[in-house]
Amino acid sequence: MKKFSFHSCGNYREDYAEELKIFETYFGRICLGLFLILFFAVAPFVVSAYMLYILNMIGIAAIAAIGLNILIGYTGQISLGHGAFFGVGAYAAAILATRLGLGFYLAIPAAGIITALVGMIFGIPSGRLKGLYLTIATLAGQFIIEYVLIHWDSLTKGTMGITLPAPKIIQWEIAGDKAFFFLIFISLVLMTWFAVNIMRSKYGRAFIAIRDNDRAAEGMGIPIFRYKLLSFAISSFYAGFAGALWAYYMISITTEPFNLGLSVEFIAMVIIGGLGNIPGAIFGATFITLLNEFLRFFTGLLMNIGFVVSFGLNMAPLREFTFGLVIVLFILLEPRGLAELWRIARSSFRLWPFSY
Amino acid sequence: MGEILLQLNNISVVYSDVIQVLKGVSLSVEKGHIVSLLGSNGAGKTTTLKAISGLLKPENGKVTDGSIIYNGKNIQNQAPEYITRQGIIQVLEGRQPFKYLTIEENLRVGTATRSSQPYKEDLELVYKYFPALIPRKKSLAGYCSGGELQMLVIGRALMAHPQLLMLDEPSLGLAPLVVQEIFRIIKMINEEHGTTIILVEQNANMALQVAHYGYVMENGKIVMEGSADDLAKNPDVKEFYLGMSASGIAKSYKDVKSYRRRKRWL
Amino acid sequence: MDFFLQLLVNGVCVGLLYGISAMGFVMIFKSSSVLNFAHGELLALGAFFFLALISWAKLPILIAFVLTLVGSFILGFLIEKFFLRPLIGEKLIFVIMLTVGLAAMFKGFILLIWGGNLHTYPEFLSESIALKLGSIYIAPVYTATLIISIIFLVLFGLFFKKSAQGIYMRSVADNQKAALSLGVHVRRVFALSWAIAALVASMSGIVLGIINGVNVHDLSSIGLKVFPVVILGGLDSIGGAIVGGIIIGLLETFTGGYLSPSLRDVVPYIVLVLILLVKPYGLFGLVEIERV
Repeated sequence: MKKFSFHSCGNYREDYAEELKIFETYFGRICLGLFLILFFAVAPFVVSAYMLYILNMIGIAAIAAIGLNILIGYTGQISLGHGAFFGVGAYAAAILATRLGLGFYLAIPAAGIITALVGMIFGIPSGRLKGLYLTIATLAGQFIIEYVLIHWDSLTKGTMGITLPAPKIIQWEIAGDKAFFFLIFISLVLMTWFAVNIMRSKYGRAFIAIRDNDRAAEGMGIPIFRYKLLSFAISSFYAGFAGALWAYYMISITTEPFNLGLSVEFIAMVIIGGLGNIPGAIFGATFITLLNEFLRFFTGLLMNIGFVVSFGLNMAPLREFTFGLVIVLFILLEPRGLAELWRIARSSFRLWPFSY
Repeated sequence: MGEILLQLNNISVVYSDVIQVLKGVSLSVEKGHIVSLLGSNGAGKTTTLKAISGLLKPENGKVTDGSIIYNGKNIQNQAPEYITRQGIIQVLEGRQPFKYLTIEENLRVGTATRSSQPYKEDLELVYKYFPALIPRKKSLAGYCSGGELQMLVIGRALMAHPQLLMLDEPSLGLAPLVVQEIFRIIKMINEEHGTTIILVEQNANMALQVAHYGYVMENGKIVMEGSADDLAKNPDVKEFYLGMSASGIAKSYKDVKSYRRRKRWL
Repeated sequence: MDFFLQLLVNGVCVGLLYGISAMGFVMIFKSSSVLNFAHGELLALGAFFFLALISWAKLPILIAFVLTLVGSFILGFLIEKFFLRPLIGEKLIFVIMLTVGLAAMFKGFILLIWGGNLHTYPEFLSESIALKLGSIYIAPVYTATLIISIIFLVLFGLFFKKSAQGIYMRSVADNQKAALSLGVHVRRVFALSWAIAALVASMSGIVLGIINGVNVHDLSSIGLKVFPVVILGGLDSIGGAIVGGIIIGLLETFTGGYLSPSLRDVVPYIVLVLILLVKPYGLFGLVEIERV
């Protein structure tokens, strides 16, 4: 009976299996299913090409953000190198596709695995370092990877960039926003499913134990170094996977976008979405991508207003300013992020309309 | 009875909004007296001191009920910066020196409540009480012995010219001779400066020797109070805190006892 | 050989500047355990404020310099009060991202007003303070750098060793609870360390602006260079920051001079990773004095 209710009104859990359930009620499961069916059946055919492009960017960012959330939100290891890992994925896919001629269905996962290996290398300092020191080590990782991408000319063609072939399934070519919509969002659903489930496994619990108290976790017999490396690997795999998708979607890539700013954007997605919350990472990715697009649109609009033009003011930096402001406000006012706001909104409906 | 300097009226202290540690503690401290607070581990002695000095706040604790009146002013839940400037200085349990500062610099931090006034004379005074510190003036506190550190932290508190000095277990982990020395100096400070002192101790024997008045705490409540002499004679206190059997003879493990005296106030 | 000596001198001068700007960073870290990612932007703000005072308001150099220092002191104070104080006791990631957000805000602000181009200060250092030691020539900027750095070092040494406020600041860094119990105004110490850090940052921003010209992107990337410097020197050691700064400065000028200019910017980070792997608490970080 309770399983069919809209939202359970209390804690009815009777055993550990119930504690581990993703959906408290069938209602939630049905809702999500309906939403996904509608989303895939309607969205790509209704919205404009520009909106579809934004949706695709959100999907790619969400995959990377979920990965980063596993590392920061669940394992408590702060990485400032996620943008660079994203770039490693993009380049790995591009090189595999152009040099070895791999199909995209091999190149994208392979890029993810290569990035996971790179991520593990930069995760090695986590064996000895904690907190601030680790953060700084990953910052160094960001700069070193950026340097390698730019200067290893023979492999990455340096600042020239690489152009990727269109992904193909036998004859059928995946091109255009609509085709990519399916590729990206099917990947996102799979990656989300994987992340949610890994978090309720032994591995996920070990990550959370390490986040909350690594000494105690070690005392409980969790080999923390191995798990930290694993967390780095999983998180980089997500970044690499998203980067590879991005490379295919953009067709041609250069080293420029994969800078510290991108890493910061990913962290902002995780924080604004909600630390340690997988749907939160998707919310965060949506929020930041929309914010970016909106600011681009808005500053473009401002630049065309008469007096701004006549004074020759450049309004583009307003984007950077607002971006910073949004991060600061979120941290000061709602540090648990959009996921918390979503939870509050949902729980106010819990007993609706008889909340007292 | 003389003038009352500090009065705790039925205070309750809660940590993190859920853990109640003090359940209605009332005590009063007469000006110029040494009052000792006895009790076993976890009885709430340190929490009582922190409630007075305002140091609960950084530990997410709060006085939820009752009032603390000092010199006629209500001081519960005030910031420690304010309370210390009223003349209440707490010496923390377990000797908390500034490890990377020299002894003399440590002492200078004691002047924080009156930073613009001269401090040279006070330094001399502290060195007079604790001559053992003189040769170590320039060495880092982190490398000093436990006894020196205890002298240092008491001296550091004296630099603030406290009206009310609260000492949290000054005898912790010190050799008996050093303990005696420290208690002698505590007594001296009290007599020469008229400083009121609250003394939290496990070593009930020493504490009752120097104190005028005493309180016994148990499970966040005051269970017994009286003048130091009365307490020292009380058979329950003797049994539980002074390590003697009720008849006053030092307890020996050779005496086979099939039962323990029950704490009658629980 | 002359080339070598010239690089050596330039490296030491640049390194001293890195060291001094890292000092402010260390001060914030020591007192309140906050990693300040907006340090480069504080540098840039100082440099641009100074630029505005001398080229727009046409103030005399010395007055402009003092006004800039006072202004940044106040700015640092306000940043702590409004942004950092609510976060005391929060998770590391929030504090880090808050300073990252502040960095973006400051950078956007500077770009909005001054744009991303290279500005230069009017020439005001006279050629007469240039030094000539045998065959090596020390440009007036570098001489001025040396003089200012040494003055600041001495002042800070005195401040931390002798003045009451300096000792209180060190006591808070050492044992916050004990400092509180003695009535040290801990929040005031936090604010003061931000204020001093901002002051030092804008000072080094101005000097770097004289050497390389004033550009937001360059100055804010120098803010990130304090990380290798402080890790090398030990995050909690002010003296270490200076030594770390000089080492990084030398490394940079020598790789720039002998190997390749493009390697110059990444070398500090490679060293950083090596140091972290071998000696995580830096060359001069305090070895924890543990008494049980």
